[in-house]
This record gives sequence, structure tokens and C-alpha cells, in this order.
Amino acid sequence: MLGRLDVHIMSAEPIHTLIPFPDDKAAMLARLVEGLDRANLHWLSGYAAGLAAQPANAEPEPIAAPGAEAATHVTVLYGSQTGNAKRLAEKLARQIESAGLSARLLRADAYPLRELKSERFLYIVISTQGDGDPPEDSRGFVEFLTSKRAPTLDNLKFSVLGLGDSSYAKFCAVGMQIDARLKELGATRLFERGDADLDIDSVATPWLQSAATVAREQIKSAPVRANVTPLWAARTAATWTRERPFSADVLANQRISATNGTKDIRHIELSLGDSGLVYEPGDSIGVWPTNPPHLVADILDTLKLDPQSIVTHADETLPLERWLSDKRELTRLARPLVVAHAARARQGELDGIVASPESLQPFLKDRQFIDLLRAYPANWDAASLVAALNPLTPRLYSIASSLKFAENEVHLTVAHLDYDAFGHSHVGAASHFLATRDEENRIPIYVESNDRFRLPRDASRDVIMIGPGTGVAPFRAFVQERAAIGARGRNWLFFGNPHFRSDFLYQIEWQAALKRGELHKIDLAFSRDQAEKVYVQHTLRRRGRALFDWLEGGAHVYVCGDATHMAKDVHAALREVIVEHGGKSVEDAEAYLSQLAADRRYCRDVY
Amino acid sequence: MSTPALSPVEIIKADSRRLRGTLVESLADAVTGSIAEADTHVIKFHGSYQQDDRDRRDERRLQKLEPDYQFMIRTRLPGGVVTPQQWLRLDEIATTYGNASLRLTSRQAFQFHGVIKTELKTTLQAINATLIDTVAACGDVNRNVMVAANPLQSSAHADVYAQATQLSEFLRPHTRAYYEIWLDEEKVADSGEEVEPIYGATYLPRKFKIGFAIPPVNDVDVFSNDLGFIAIVDDGEVLGYNVSAGGGLGATHGDANTYPRLADVLGFVPRDKVIAVAQAVVTTQRDFGNRTERKRARLKYTIDDRGLEWFKAEVEKRLGFAFAPARPFRFDHNGDRFGWTEGENGNWHLTLHIEAGRIVDRDGASHRTGLREIAAIHGGEFRLTPNQNLIVANVAPDQRARIDALIAAHGLDGYRVATPLRLNSIACVALPTCALAMAEAERYLPEILGKIQALLDAHGLRDAPIHFRISGCPNGCSRPYLGEIALVGKGPGRYNLMLGADARGQRLNVLHRENIDEGDILQTLDGLFERYAAERDEREGFGDFLVRRGVVVERNQATS
Repeated sequence: MLGRLDVHIMSAEPIHTLIPFPDDKAAMLARLVEGLDRANLHWLSGYAAGLAAQPANAEPEPIAAPGAEAATHVTVLYGSQTGNAKRLAEKLARQIESAGLSARLLRADAYPLRELKSERFLYIVISTQGDGDPPEDSRGFVEFLTSKRAPTLDNLKFSVLGLGDSSYAKFCAVGMQIDARLKELGATRLFERGDADLDIDSVATPWLQSAATVAREQIKSAPVRANVTPLWAARTAATWTRERPFSADVLANQRISATNGTKDIRHIELSLGDSGLVYEPGDSIGVWPTNPPHLVADILDTLKLDPQSIVTHADETLPLERWLSDKRELTRLARPLVVAHAARARQGELDGIVASPESLQPFLKDRQFIDLLRAYPANWDAASLVAALNPLTPRLYSIASSLKFAENEVHLTVAHLDYDAFGHSHVGAASHFLATRDEENRIPIYVESNDRFRLPRDASRDVIMIGPGTGVAPFRAFVQERAAIGARGRNWLFFGNPHFRSDFLYQIEWQAALKRGELHKIDLAFSRDQAEKVYVQHTLRRRGRALFDWLEGGAHVYVCGDATHMAKDVHAALREVIVEHGGKSVEDAEAYLSQLAADRRYCRDVY
Repeated sequence: MSTPALSPVEIIKADSRRLRGTLVESLADAVTGSIAEADTHVIKFHGSYQQDDRDRRDERRLQKLEPDYQFMIRTRLPGGVVTPQQWLRLDEIATTYGNASLRLTSRQAFQFHGVIKTELKTTLQAINATLIDTVAACGDVNRNVMVAANPLQSSAHADVYAQATQLSEFLRPHTRAYYEIWLDEEKVADSGEEVEPIYGATYLPRKFKIGFAIPPVNDVDVFSNDLGFIAIVDDGEVLGYNVSAGGGLGATHGDANTYPRLADVLGFVPRDKVIAVAQAVVTTQRDFGNRTERKRARLKYTIDDRGLEWFKAEVEKRLGFAFAPARPFRFDHNGDRFGWTEGENGNWHLTLHIEAGRIVDRDGASHRTGLREIAAIHGGEFRLTPNQNLIVANVAPDQRARIDALIAAHGLDGYRVATPLRLNSIACVALPTCALAMAEAERYLPEILGKIQALLDAHGLRDAPIHFRISGCPNGCSRPYLGEIALVGKGPGRYNLMLGADARGQRLNVLHRENIDEGDILQTLDGLFERYAAERDEREGFGDFLVRRGVVVERNQATS
């Protein structure tokens, strides 16, 4: 429903035909809401409703007007890739508000950078991606903060909570970098940074408590001029959340890679039933998996633990088997668990491995907890095991359908992770869970909105979609959506995978879309069909001239898929294309791309 | 009354700019492994068929994948003769680009299967690099010219083979399309408008087949060809040929206007008239063949529609002379003679049985490896037989032992132990690659042979030399209508049971039971074998027996 508001405001239709404002106010409103995400807009609408409820002569004041005087509110800024940082930031904002203080919650890319110099009280919750990169939504903020343009911040008080994975060498690097840089710019650290590992809550919970307490101590309660009227309750969709997922019926589970190929890619169709769930192309679906039963059994067997032994942990009491199948992370191995296991296994070898990320990182590749148990036997009691294992977390899948096309359904493209290693077969928890569901099953899901990955509001804009592998998923949604709304802009897809014959995902749909004129160009890179490997970045370069023409013509560029290599290679290829065909220096080409990103014309959904 | 419309393929040929079509664009289309519909007709003239793995068609549709398109490539190889060096290269091509098998066809050519579109050009270049091409191996032109394979009469064979090769060259299309598209030849001024002196702009109405037989062996099934040359040999010298015309085996189920037909002998011509005769016959068919109804377009229908006398007169008019009366000849059989035989020149020839013509490495039968190893040491040549078998030809006497050792080591010595039924069997490719197949053929052959053999064994007929042929559809690639027992595919697991051909390629079989399954096939044969065992004359073939006893009534006898 919000997407519809976006479309109306930005459509060619004059705004005054929709809302009863004078033209200048309407234009201001349009400017005001430009770039705001779903949460901002909801907050704003509630704020406006609150204003409307006040006596007519009361003079409202802006809630967030930072000045030289002492802080009157807390700004909570987050940078989030999978939604964890966002969730924690929201929780913190709620805690602060429930203490009677005012909090301004902003995603990093919505933060007005010019206001940083007058900011007084700032909490930052930010994750670090694989190789030490910031999340997509924080690139601009981090670039600004680390650049020469960053202002001195003598009046700022702050604290940072970083999220990361200690298996990587650059664990929580972005949080650390921001923390150090703010200090360097003259800001005062309120309390120590938190560096949360995959067992997020063990660090995050105490950090959030400190943050709320310190805020209460430091900030005098400010009168809130307008109470925010909660409008969220009106949305049925919001009743299904990460914590309260909807059980979706499976309508189809179809392998879409050839049977004689090496990859097992699934097209999964779920019914939204009477959930009232809605989504926009670009959103993701969070899936709560159940761990593979054979894996749970193998762990119990190996440790000789009774599946039925009752374990109480964090106020929850369940049989051990349930803990392992429904509540605990078994397939993603992280450093803290290896350290805990090493302490029990008492084997020098394992201690040596955990000593440095350089040795740990390759060790963790392809290994799961069960491999650790098999190779380095140790005793675990049920309670310690439950306490040591990370909580199970939902997995996000970019949605592969448009509601306008697949009415009341959501489609996913899932790579079934299934490989042999260390003498045993291994599967990914969620992908295996999904790949083994059939029409008899239901799947716990919620919608994870991604306002950073949206089709152009102006449907006459061209779009360039770069989605190798299962990264093609959102572009199936995009093409469906653009066909459904009769978008006049052209659609250009770049797709790649190992083999044409076995891995051309949705091949007959793309062929039909080309025939119907719903897809205008497609360029393919099948890496292993010839002697030299060809990837999407190569086809981007090959199509450089046309690509640059499209960009100059206002096209929006989208990239979805692997963050570690693909997104970087694609970025470099785009930069080269701009250098070569735009006659720009490397720096100017980089700036060109940064401007595209700032204009929301270069969007990435990478993981 | 308006003129009947040309058949769609005629339009495609006419618009193809001498067989170019939009092949270049089709090859460049990266979104599909297929080529444009019209190009699927054009590419046949270049020696290739678009196919797909039919075993996977349904599952791939569900997988949102197009059919697993792939191309069959057939060589033009008059008489089926290749050098060991060529063999090695072709074998390598099969591994690199195909499905790691070589298929010997019933017209003495090689077929590669499973070549994908993106490797089609490279594969054709590799084949051409062996000095073998694929021009006109398929399509509405003269196809691969067959020549009697067994070179017992070495000098006559060499003579006939040379004439067949000349004829193959003479009838090759003149368009440069093949060389431009596949071999990157520069376009010349008349590109797309080349003069086709024999064929004209729309080529022939339908495929055209030529075979050269050397009596008393009719391994080429000469009467199944549109045009046949039966060598008249006297004291090792080829005097000339009896010319036959109007053979063809294709038919359509349920359409009485289509039928297999054996050729009529027109008369004798001296040896130097081969090319003139071929030109006269081919151009007559070019000018009078049916271009409105494709399944009635073979020469056999032109002759039947206008009369044999008319046809002979038209050909003679074009020749400028009349046929002499046919010379006497006699065919003993149309099979292969297995094992070692000595040629006139003192060299030896070894005929190997290759089941269904498929050369592939299987457990315990590493045929492909074995033949590669033989090719590596062989000083003579290889000859593909019209019955899908292989001759290691012109082996010096002192090399026999080495070759025998390799034969034994790789399980290629099946000819020693296989029963006559198995040795005399032919199967077309059919499923999963052939688009026309209605039922299994090659893949089913070993199983059905085993079951029929068991029946023969039970009736004490283990060594009965019965010719068995199976075809996945009625088009006749395995020449099923000349089998003493033949199965012609009707639907999955169902066949027409055809009985009663001779074993000389001079009498067609007839439909005995229509659209029956394996149980009915075996039950029917069981009863007939019982009678055959009890009532046959000495040395009487199974087909002859069935005709003599009136089990089947013969329908068409080749003139002799």
C-alpha cells in the first residue's frame, strides 16, 4: 500500500489531483517524502495525525532540530544488510522513547549528512559484510565520514554497536572504523563499543541496556510536541513479523536447473493465504527453517545425548531435540563455538586453528558443527550445548514474483546447498528445508522490506538488471511488475551461471518475455561453456557502449547476488564502462557511480 | 481450378538464398540452443538435423528450461571409406563435441550426436579438417552415395567406388553457403544467387538416394534407392551398369497414398554413362516431382503417378540415347559377410559386427577404444557397410595377428559368437534424439533380439539366418520393409509387425499385425517359428517360407 503512495506521488499525475494542497505545499511535500523509507513515512503519517489532534492554535515545533545547546533527543542510526542491525536499532529507539525521551531512528542512507556537524547524541548500530565492507545502505555514510569532508564533531557524544562474524579477519571492522573515526573527529565516546558476533544478543543486549541507561542520564526529557499516533496497527501485514511469522502453504517446489546439471536450484511458490501479507518487487522473504532431521540425529548420536532430555535456556524449556531442530544454528559454524569446542576437545591442533582468522577462515569453509564433533571428539552436556550454539536465525530470499502477476503468492529462487565434504554429505539449513518441502508442508515466513531496491517510480525509465545465479530472482519480479503496470521503460537483463544447458534459470520465461516485448535485451554469460570463463562483468564490458547510453538516458541499474566477488567485479566493470565510453577519469567514474547510488539509480541487493 | 500451393518447405528453400536462410543469425542467438524454424530445414542441406533429448523434454519443461537442443551431424562419405588417420580425428571429434560415440549409419556415413549449437561451427570445421565434409548429407538433394562394401573383387570394387565418388562430387550443390557459414569463406559476388546447374534454386522436391551394387551381394539394398547402379562385371572388369529407379522405403502410417516401393530396372548402360544417367534422372525428378505434397515427393511417386514408360522415355530423351536391355545378374543376399576374407590382391579384410552401428565404450566392450587402437596401427582403410557394420580393409597378412589381438582385447570379436539373427539386424537411432521416432529402436534392439533369439532357440532354430530390422517410425532409415522380420514403431512400446521379405533385397515384407506390443510380437513369432521349424524346406529362408506357405502375400517384386 505504501508502494502505491510512492507511485502516486512520483507519477506524472499532478499531486493536487490526489491531495487537497496548494501547489507549493504539494511540491514541498513531494520533496519532503522523497527518499523516505516505509518506516519514515509511517512515522511521518503518525506524526501528522498527532499534530492534527492538537488544539488548532498550538504552534508545533520540529522534533529534530539539533542546535548548539545540549542534546534533546537521541539519533539512532543503523546500517543493515540482513535486518539484524535494523531490528536492534528499532528496539533501542523504542526503549528510548518508552523512557520518555525522543528518538530519531534513521537508516544510514536516509541520514542528512550536512546535519552531522550539529548532531549531539548519536548511537550507531552497523554490521560488517564479509570482507570488511559496510552494508549497502551505509556506503555513502561511511564514505562521507572517512573522507576529508567530514566535519569536526567536538559536541557529539556517541557509542557504536558493531555486528559481524568473528570467523572473518575483519570482524566488525566497520563498527570499529566508525568508532575510531568519530573519536578522531573530536566526538566523545559515551561507553565502549560493542562487537557482536553471530550470537548477537550476548553482546547486543547489554549494549542496548547501557545505551538506554546512558541516554536517560544524559538527556533531559524534552516535551514532545506531537505524539505519534500509531498507524501501524491498521496494517494486517504488520501482524506477521520476524518474531511472529506466517505459515505459508507450499504451492510448488520445482527444480529449475537441469537434472543432469551440477546445481540444484528450486523455484518455490508459497501461498499468502489470508495473511494479508503484501510485498513490493525488491523485497525479501524471511524463512524460518527447521534443521535437517538427519543432522540433528547425527549430532545427538555423536554426542550420545538423549533427544528427550529437557533443557531450560533463556526462559524457554524444551526437549533437546526440539532445541536443535527448531531453535539452534547447526549449519553455520562460527568462531565462538569453535573456541568453546576447542576448550572441551583439548586438542592443540584446534587451538592453533582458532588462534588466527587466517587459519580459521579456511577451516570454517564447508565445515559444520557436526564436522567438528566428528574430527575433534569432546563431551557436551545438553544444557551447555544449547547455551553454546547460536540461536537459529531466519534466512532471507529475494522475492522472485510480483503480486500483480502472482496474485496472493510469493515465489522464491533457492539454491539447494548440498555437497560432500569430510566424508559426509552436507546441506544448508534453509535451502534444504525449502528444497524438501512439498504441497503438504507449510513454511514460516515474513516479509523483509527492502526500500533500497525499488523499481524507478517513473515507469518510463529504463532498467538494467544484473543478476547472475539466483541473483536473477528479483528481476523476475521486476519484469513481471513492469509488464503488469505497462511500464514504458525498457528492461535489460544480464544473467550468468556455469552452463547454458543446465543452469539458465527461468529460460523459457525470459524467451517468452522477449517475444512479448516485456524484456528488451538479455545478455548471457555462461562461465564454463568455453575454455575461458566468462562472467557478467565481461558481458557488461562487451556491451559498454549501449550500457553507457542507457545510463546517460536515465536508466536505473540493479545488481543482485554474490557480494564477495560478483558485486565488486560488476562495480569495477561499470566503472570501466564509464571511463571508456564516458571519457572520464577513474575517480570521476567512481563519482558518477556514487551519484547514481545517491540518486537511487544504482541499487544493490547482494549477500 | 487453381494450382495447388507449394509445400511450406519449398517456400523456405526458395527464400533461403541458396541454403543460407538465417543460419548466421540463428547461431548468434544466445537465448536459445535452437535455430529458427525455417533454418531447421535449411541446415539439413548442410548435413545436420536439429534434435533434442526427448527423454528430458517433459522434465525440462517443468524446469522452465527449453528442450535440450542438440544437433546431429552426418558426413558425406561415398562408399563409407575412411583412412585410419581420419578415423582417429573423427573419434576425437566425437569425444570433444559429441556424445562420445560414433554412429555408423545404414548409408555408410558417420553420425555425430549431441553437438550443441554453440559448438556446431567448430565441430564442422574439425570434420572438414579431416578432408571429410557434410555437404548434402541430408536435405532435398542427392544424399550419401552408397557402394557395395565388401571388396572381395578388389579391382571391380575400386572401379565402382571411384565412379561413385565422382558422381557424389558431380551432384554436390554449388552454393557456397556451407563454406561461408561454417568455414568462414569470403563472400563472392554471386553469393546467394549461385547457379545450381543440376538442382536449380529450389533443389529437389525431396531427398534422393543413389546406390551402387556389385552382384552377387546386395548389401546396399540397391532397389531401395531412387537410383541404382548394378555393376555388370566380367572377368574383374566393370562393363557397365543395369540402372534401377524409383525405389524408396518411407511411408506414413495410415496414409495409403504413401508406401515403400522397390525400384524398377530400366536397362543397361555402358560404364561411361553413369553421370549422364544420374543427371537425366535427377533433373527429371527436379522438373516433375511433386512440390505441393511433401510426403508424395519422392521419385517413386513421380514414376507411379506418370507411369514407368513415360519416365523411361523422359530420361532417355534427356540422355539422347536409349537404355540397352538389362543384363542378367543375380543377388544372393543383402547382409554382410563377417570375419576375415582374402581379397584378390592378397590383402585381408575383417568385417566386424557393430550392433546398431553404435561405436561406444561400454563395460566389457571398449569398442571405441579398440577401434582407435586398431586405427593407430592399421595400414589399410576402414569401410562402413550399408548394414551398419565395419570392415577393417586391406590388412597385410602379417598384420592380422595384431589386429586379432586388439579385437579380442576390446570385445570386438562378437561376430564370432553372435547368432545370425543378431548379426543380420539393423536399427535406426530413434529415441531419444530423433524427432520422428514414435517408438524405441536402437536402445531396444539388444533386448528384443534376446527375446526373439530365445524363441528361436526353443524351436531349434538357433542358427536360422533371419534378417531383423527395427525402425522407430515408418520413414524407413533401417530399411525395415526389407527385413524378413521387421518392427516399425507406432507408439511407445507398440509396433507394426512386418514379415516376409526375402534376404536379397528384392521383395518387400508386408504388414502382418498392426500396432501390437512386445507380448503380441513374441507370441505371434513363437507360432510362426514353430511352423517354420516343422515345415521349412532345406535352406529355405524365413521370409521365403512365410510367402510359400501363404502366411503373407507378397506385394511388390523388384524386376530382374
